[in-house]
Amino acid sequence: MTTFYRRLPKFNYLAPDTLDEALSLLSRYKGKAMVIAGGTDIIPRLKRREIGAPEHVIDLKGIPGLDNIKYDVSGLSLGTLVTIGAVETSAIIGEKFSVLAQAAQSMASPQVRNRGTIAGNICNAVPSADSAPPLLTLGAKLKLVSQKGERTVGIEDFFTGPGQTALADDEILQEIQIPHPPPNSQGIYLKLTPRRAMDLAIVGVAAVVIPQDGVCQDIRIALGAVAPTPIRVRKAEAVLKGQKFDDALIEKAAKTAAGQSRPIDDHRASADYRRDMVEVLVKRAIKQAIRR
Amino acid sequence: MKEINLTVNNQPYRLSVPPRRTLLEVIREDLGLTGTKEGCGLGECGACTVLMDGQAINSCLVLAAEADGKQITTVEGLASGDKLHPIQQAFVDHGGLQCGFCTPGMIMSAKALLDKNPTPTEEEIKQGITGNLCRCTGYTKIIESIKAAAENMGGK
Repeated sequence: MTTFYRRLPKFNYLAPDTLDEALSLLSRYKGKAMVIAGGTDIIPRLKRREIGAPEHVIDLKGIPGLDNIKYDVSGLSLGTLVTIGAVETSAIIGEKFSVLAQAAQSMASPQVRNRGTIAGNICNAVPSADSAPPLLTLGAKLKLVSQKGERTVGIEDFFTGPGQTALADDEILQEIQIPHPPPNSQGIYLKLTPRRAMDLAIVGVAAVVIPQDGVCQDIRIALGAVAPTPIRVRKAEAVLKGQKFDDALIEKAAKTAAGQSRPIDDHRASADYRRDMVEVLVKRAIKQAIRR
Repeated sequence: MKEINLTVNNQPYRLSVPPRRTLLEVIREDLGLTGTKEGCGLGECGACTVLMDGQAINSCLVLAAEADGKQITTVEGLASGDKLHPIQQAFVDHGGLQCGFCTPGMIMSAKALLDKNPTPTEEEIKQGITGNLCRCTGYTKIIESIKAAAENMGGK
């Protein structure tokens, strides 16, 4: 049982006005600083003493421009301060990147969605992060910046373990970049939870399908909460890719996805149940995506 | 300590706060506005809901320092003098409370909802209060209260 404290531990609060300033602070206090965007994950974890108190908290919210949702020829880009609520209500995301909007809608509560950010959800890297399976199926790339320069990492290479990412101590995730999905692609995010809101996924499934005349031109499937990190299940995708959709083949793809999952037993659900539900939800997601 | 400027219920404040102080602690302990409640302190229950620049947020998850320069509305800011806000009046008229602990947060979530969507469906009302737990009422009368408030405020 977690010992419960209501007060936050002591730390110093820094609010840089520019990204350069933030990166310089982060490099100066390397390992002793924590970056916050919405704070909806970090504040409770600090209160619960689940994570050690940092010497410095660097708040990015004073930096202009980081909350931009940009949509242009190169695709969609979400600044690190774009809230879950902004994604949920964005017309362009609802229309062209619906699978991500569906995931945003499924998260936490209106209060948390107004503060919490998609980038924060990714950087916290819990296996059940709802934004991860949609971003995996959309082929998102993450722009990481530090004082030394910038690099771009595919989201699949970003998650390295539960709560672990490729983000270095002195780096900030500046932008999530999502390429244009093919015009006729259809995406579905399904989330299994005991409660309809304010709950973490027992299983999360995102499927993006490009159907053409009953044939599966392309398909991407990603799973949340059933492995140490959110994962794409390529073997399951391969079962359907280029094939004519039929129930038996969808069933086979769903079984393959379940086989690729590596869930754990915990208080939320047993591993066996999770594996079974992967099969059910993958099947359902593909069928719903074809019907859309 | 950090110097911050806050506008709470249209009243400007200049405060010096320790970095680890939450907006909720400032509202309750420094400003004495105890209508806003602390339930879980972890962003699960919604008892601490206030509006920040018009948006519902959990004040227990916001550092006071992060609220520098923001407009805050708490439940105390809704009534005009002795006249309750239509949402508050609807909760009274329709028995939308029992112990009352969740009520300020519930009313602030309802306010945020009706400001954006003056004519919500029952499902939209339910979605609007998903972040507010009530352990007494079973929500039926809370939903009725918000429906009635929407009607009284001119929504159909």
